[in-house]
Amino acid sequence: MNAIKSLEDLKKIREQALEKRKLKETSGAAQVIVGMGTCGIAAGARETMKAILDYIEKNNIENVIVTQTGCIGLCEQEPIVQVAIGETEKITYGKVIGEVAEKIVAEHVVNGNVVKDFIIAA
Amino acid sequence: MAYFRSHVLVCNDPECLGKGSMEIMAALEAELKKQGLNNEVEVLDTPRIGSCENGPEILVYPEGHHYLHLQKNDIPYLVEEQFLKGRAVEELLAKPKTDAAQELREPTEKEVRVVLRNCGEINPENIEDYIAADGYAALAKVISETKPDQVIENIKNSGLRGRGGAGFPTWLKWSLTRKAEGSKKFVVCNADEGDPGAFMNRSVLEGDPHSVVEGMTIAAYAIGASQGYIYCRAEYPIAVRTVNIAIDQARELGLLGKHIFGTDFTFDLEVRQGAGAFVCGEETALIASIEGKRGEPRPRPPFPAAEGVFGYPTNINNVETYANVPQILLKGPEWFASMGTEKSKGTKTFALAGDVKNTGLIEVPFGITLREIIYDVGGGIKNDRPFKAVQTGGPMGGCLPENYLDLPVDYEKLTEAGSIMGSGGMVVMDDETCMVDIARFFMEFIQDESCGKCVPCRVGTRRMLEILTRICDGEGRDGDIELLESLSDEIREDSLCGLGKGAPNPVVITLNHFRHEYEVHIYNKECPAKVCRALINYEINPANCVGCTLCAKNCPVDAISGERKQTHVIDPDICIRCGICKQVCNFDAVVVK
Repeated sequence: MNAIKSLEDLKKIREQALEKRKLKETSGAAQVIVGMGTCGIAAGARETMKAILDYIEKNNIENVIVTQTGCIGLCEQEPIVQVAIGETEKITYGKVIGEVAEKIVAEHVVNGNVVKDFIIAA
Repeated sequence: MAYFRSHVLVCNDPECLGKGSMEIMAALEAELKKQGLNNEVEVLDTPRIGSCENGPEILVYPEGHHYLHLQKNDIPYLVEEQFLKGRAVEELLAKPKTDAAQELREPTEKEVRVVLRNCGEINPENIEDYIAADGYAALAKVISETKPDQVIENIKNSGLRGRGGAGFPTWLKWSLTRKAEGSKKFVVCNADEGDPGAFMNRSVLEGDPHSVVEGMTIAAYAIGASQGYIYCRAEYPIAVRTVNIAIDQARELGLLGKHIFGTDFTFDLEVRQGAGAFVCGEETALIASIEGKRGEPRPRPPFPAAEGVFGYPTNINNVETYANVPQILLKGPEWFASMGTEKSKGTKTFALAGDVKNTGLIEVPFGITLREIIYDVGGGIKNDRPFKAVQTGGPMGGCLPENYLDLPVDYEKLTEAGSIMGSGGMVVMDDETCMVDIARFFMEFIQDESCGKCVPCRVGTRRMLEILTRICDGEGRDGDIELLESLSDEIREDSLCGLGKGAPNPVVITLNHFRHEYEVHIYNKECPAKVCRALINYEINPANCVGCTLCAKNCPVDAISGERKQTHVIDPDICIRCGICKQVCNFDAVVVK
């Protein structure tokens, strides 16, 4: 990206960013978002992230984007992982440790089945 | 590999199979071929979608449409609508799962996310995410359209007050710094967040650092500053890292540095780390620390607005104060002022902790009651135990008992009640909390953190701690309460800075609302909440004990004796009152007296 010298430049970057996001959604790619705030990390989010990445690599799962985010606010439920497939609504999972992370990738990301037991209900 | 624009997953789980999923799959393939779509839409079978009792079922991607109860003659219409016209067939769609679709961080209706709007929604290490969420649009607008005085006027109309705890009108601080004389000016962000249990600022710095960068840049523009510091406590290494990444990214894009947005305005930022001193959250001690000196407060006036960092006019605000600024300027001061109470506008973040079910970070408009926060947003007390008190404002705040639950939360009301807003820590306490122990706990913290510069704080808090410790140890004396009260008065009046002045608060307010608890400790040598170790005894109730030996096995000091299947006994002289026996007992046989 080039330096922003005017309001138009800023607007252009905003448009591009929004376009990119839309593309991600309509391509049907799965987005896995891991909460990596200090609360998450204290609860083991680094291991969760690693488990997810390892599983994806080992099983050659394509069309998945794994990103991180900050503290969502519900620190009680960390590590928190959110999954959004294409344009479907984001599902938020809580207490995602070890095998649960793999289960979520295997069942929800790959097969589209939400893992009911770990969804954070309202 | 062929590229398919759409995928259809057909469940071929035995249950769906039994309901005819294979015919559905064949019908789909046939119909798609008929319509010439078989190279665009792929049909796959999948082991289980999840609603086999409503099968046969299919899932269409990328839309995520979930169809149930399919029959063969539904297929032609479905293919036409879904794949040719791009429309869902409503009648066949599964009803949305209400609980699955609702993440808890859909905040409860009582919450309004202004400061926390991006936390958990964006990747904080990607400036593009922030820009996509209208980031830096406020800065652009301000620099191109608004004169500095007008910016301050807008902040004034919003009613924004400092979120660090004192609630000083933000516009006034900016205005005073703007008017002050100095060849250069500084903007400082107080990210020390020393209150135990408070982590609102950390979450913003880790989750949405650019909101603070943008807020500070706007402040610098309004005040005429060219250099800024974010003073972040070293205990937040991730926040420090994230903020540094954000600053680098902003600089790369020309949003920090020289000629921002092509104008004459120049501003740059730097992170300075604290080193573990609570007192460095106090503004003059913080400034001393930035200057490389020992973190000790100094008398005011002069206030930092007149003489701050290295003697230059400095505006120092809390993380949350800055994080509110871009939204106020983008959405307009009236929008912000429409939330909250008459004198406390906008929202406040709170770190809800303690004996509450939903611990974590919340953001609510001022005016919400403590009851709503604790029970509606917080989900109520853990294990549904009775509520005893809620501590607001951190170690210099006060514990408010049950009759204050309907207090609307704002600066004035909390001060009237004898507590303070502080930076937003809120610790909920149930009936198993001893208020004298709480007062002692906070006094211990304050004593540890006292910088030592002035006698009333340095010596006074130590004396108060000694008295409180004696009371908790069962050695309270007649006259202790009166001594605590007179010490409190003196320390409050004579201390140099806020730490000292606020140090007696927990004692004063617990004496106010829970005096009888102190008296029982002193005169009866009892702790009603069964917390103070010197005043409690762990005993085994023979009626419930079955002699399983679990307690004896787990006792760290071997204080329990007994034969298998015989009632066990705890030796009170050896027992250290750790409570492990009570935890492991499956028969409720351990009682605390």
